[in-house]
Amino acid sequence: MNSQYNSSVKDFLIDEVLRDFTNNSKDPHLLEQISVLRNEKISEPVIYVGAGTCGLGAGAAKTLKSVRKYIEEKDIKARVIETGCIGLCAVEPIMDVQIPGYNRVSFQNVTEDKVDEVLDAVFQLEVPEKFVLGQFDQSDTRKWDGVRFLKDHPFFAPQKRLVLKNCGIIDPVDIKEYIARGGYKSYIKAINVHSPSDICDIIEKSGLRGRGGGGFPTGLKWKFANREESDQKYLICNADEGDPGAFMDRAVIEGDPHRLIEGMAIGAYAIGATKAYIYIRAEYPLAIERLESAIEEAREYGLVGEDIFGTGVDFDIRIKKGAGAFVCGEETALMHSIEGKRGMPRPRPPFPTTRGLFGKPSVINNVETFANVSEILLNGADWFASTGTEKSKGTKVFALSGKIALTGLVEIPMGTTVREVIFDIAGGILNNRKFKAVQIGGPSGGCITEENLDIQIDYDSLINVGAMMGSGGLVVMDEDTCMVDVAKFFMGFIQRESCGKCIPCREGTKRLLEILESITSKPDAANTEALDRFKGVMQIEKLSQVIKDTSLCGLGQTAPNPVLSTHKLFRDEYEAHLYDRQCPAGVCQNLKVYKIDVDKCTGCTVCIRKCPVDAIIGSKKSPHFIVEDKCIGCGACYEACKFDAIEVV
Amino acid sequence: MEKNRESGVVMETKVREILDRYPEGRTENLIPVLQDIQETDGYLSEESVLEVSRHLKMPASKIYGVATFYNQFRFAPLGKYHVQICCGTACHVLGASTVLEEIEKNIGVKSGETTKDGLFSMEVVACIGACGLAPVISINGNFHAKVTGESIKEILDNYRNQE
Repeated sequence: MNSQYNSSVKDFLIDEVLRDFTNNSKDPHLLEQISVLRNEKISEPVIYVGAGTCGLGAGAAKTLKSVRKYIEEKDIKARVIETGCIGLCAVEPIMDVQIPGYNRVSFQNVTEDKVDEVLDAVFQLEVPEKFVLGQFDQSDTRKWDGVRFLKDHPFFAPQKRLVLKNCGIIDPVDIKEYIARGGYKSYIKAINVHSPSDICDIIEKSGLRGRGGGGFPTGLKWKFANREESDQKYLICNADEGDPGAFMDRAVIEGDPHRLIEGMAIGAYAIGATKAYIYIRAEYPLAIERLESAIEEAREYGLVGEDIFGTGVDFDIRIKKGAGAFVCGEETALMHSIEGKRGMPRPRPPFPTTRGLFGKPSVINNVETFANVSEILLNGADWFASTGTEKSKGTKVFALSGKIALTGLVEIPMGTTVREVIFDIAGGILNNRKFKAVQIGGPSGGCITEENLDIQIDYDSLINVGAMMGSGGLVVMDEDTCMVDVAKFFMGFIQRESCGKCIPCREGTKRLLEILESITSKPDAANTEALDRFKGVMQIEKLSQVIKDTSLCGLGQTAPNPVLSTHKLFRDEYEAHLYDRQCPAGVCQNLKVYKIDVDKCTGCTVCIRKCPVDAIIGSKKSPHFIVEDKCIGCGACYEACKFDAIEVV
Repeated sequence: MEKNRESGVVMETKVREILDRYPEGRTENLIPVLQDIQETDGYLSEESVLEVSRHLKMPASKIYGVATFYNQFRFAPLGKYHVQICCGTACHVLGASTVLEEIEKNIGVKSGETTKDGLFSMEVVACIGACGLAPVISINGNFHAKVTGESIKEILDNYRNQE
């Protein structure tokens, strides 16, 4: 019965929806069938649980279990759907309930023990206020009284969702729903109506620029590859999202994998490639699983494979799992990795569009770039170009994390200010602390401080203030964050991930890290390191410039950015570490000085016994003393003292 | 000792099964082959690397060259409880380094190592994408959210007590 139903739906979708791509039929029967597939018209209740990696981390798997148990025990006929992430990671697990005749309504913080409470209420047609997030805006079903629309929620209202349109809303592994929502129409239209160079023109005209960091015009890149003559060309999707603090690509793949596949299919047609690879991090098992099942579904529908829809176009797609190397985000390194070699970059030119994977012309774009393509073809280049700033069109997805009230994923039109993103959308700083800086662009990017918060987000204005778009990680820092420590963190990351091929990057990043380590660690009176520390700091800028100018690939060329940016903007913090040997934010543990308050100390000897380096002296029942030269600042005594006699200076 | 040899035999047949899925001498399959082996064995043993070397017809030194380049590959068996500490930016800003230190102190090994009794192994990983729950650690795939220097002791003791 079920498989019969599925195959009749498949025929319907292929024959009446996809093949008939130009026909905007108003046939009521057809529209009704589509709204059933879109889960807008339902005959039994549907319960959706956000089960992306972040949701699962917050306990969505247990919530799902509770939901299934609930409907089984109460003998309710209802469907349970696992969706991707809607972007509001801070209030996961998120559960939506849709009852026939009513708008779908979304609930926050629904942990396993809250499921019964929420479902009991909704099935009695009440909305429990403390859990409700908002209701969907559906045209022909009843509205819940007194419940705001999800689109009016302060987190969602300023957003413009193209790439994330379906994320957290649809069933990611159900191709039927994707097609019913207009999916794959662009692709079928493209291969039937447009020539490959038409597609390149449309994308170029739309102004779409690479979302992986560089911001190279996508249409132009495709054009270069389109013009190359070759028996084989390759299209590659870079889903090796290695930036610490970035999870946009993962969310797109987990929540809407068909959007990526469709974008790639169009890209492959535009450059004349018949084979495509998705290079994805092995650390994203759920994304890989959903992608595999989506590709399989697309194959069943004849959207991947040979002679697609009788047009003679071939398109095959394969997943390659990355093995954990940040440098593989660089395109030539990534191609070496697909070829089974060490992921090391090579000098360009020749550019990959001329000589790429296995020596053939290849195009590499990132996930978000491909995810924009189908929308552009569906609505036109001018429509896309109407959003954004003069040189940066469309939207950009950002992953917000750090000391921010609402951690999550947002998609905003280019040109939105940084202030709007942090304070209006994400609710400001955690625990009402004072904002210090926001780090954009991960290990290649820089910081933006209070004075530049009103700049518009686009590729060029971010570079003007010493940051960069990068892939879209936005990490917010407050007054308790030490900026020297942040610089050290990124330098440590880059130094570990440097592939070692070129000397400036391999040795230079190591030296930079050493300089930062020396100013964040305890002085050693026994040698002359004090002089070295000063010399080191004086060399930071010069050394950074050499690394930038002479490194082989983008990783090295941008590696000193976090150091340069913090050094310029937070000179006072560097000076406090250097001259006063103090960490103003109290983060650098090594610089902490512990002292014993003689009036409070009872001489119990607990701290003496706890100290791992025998730095505390004193006898029983008389106040103890910490020998500063020996103390390593571990804080063991501080934790052990029952009389609050130990203080941090 | 006897036991070890036995498990070696079992392991080798598994490696054979994996290699049979890939054509001989096609070096571009090296990384997927190593990933598959690690997925079944938990690490890359010397024997399995040699086996791969024969199958793909490339020197073992080259295979080690590739395997050590990537963070994913391990050369020692995993512990019974595999602790992964996320050191992404969000976790770092919220105190992951304190958590890391505490774990190192508590189980007595560093990243990439396994305790002598085989109970714990530890690994520092780049962002696992649960930034909303930072600082986060994962033990055998179970997430522990918002961990602190203090709460980590309790978490690890819970696993110890299960023995």
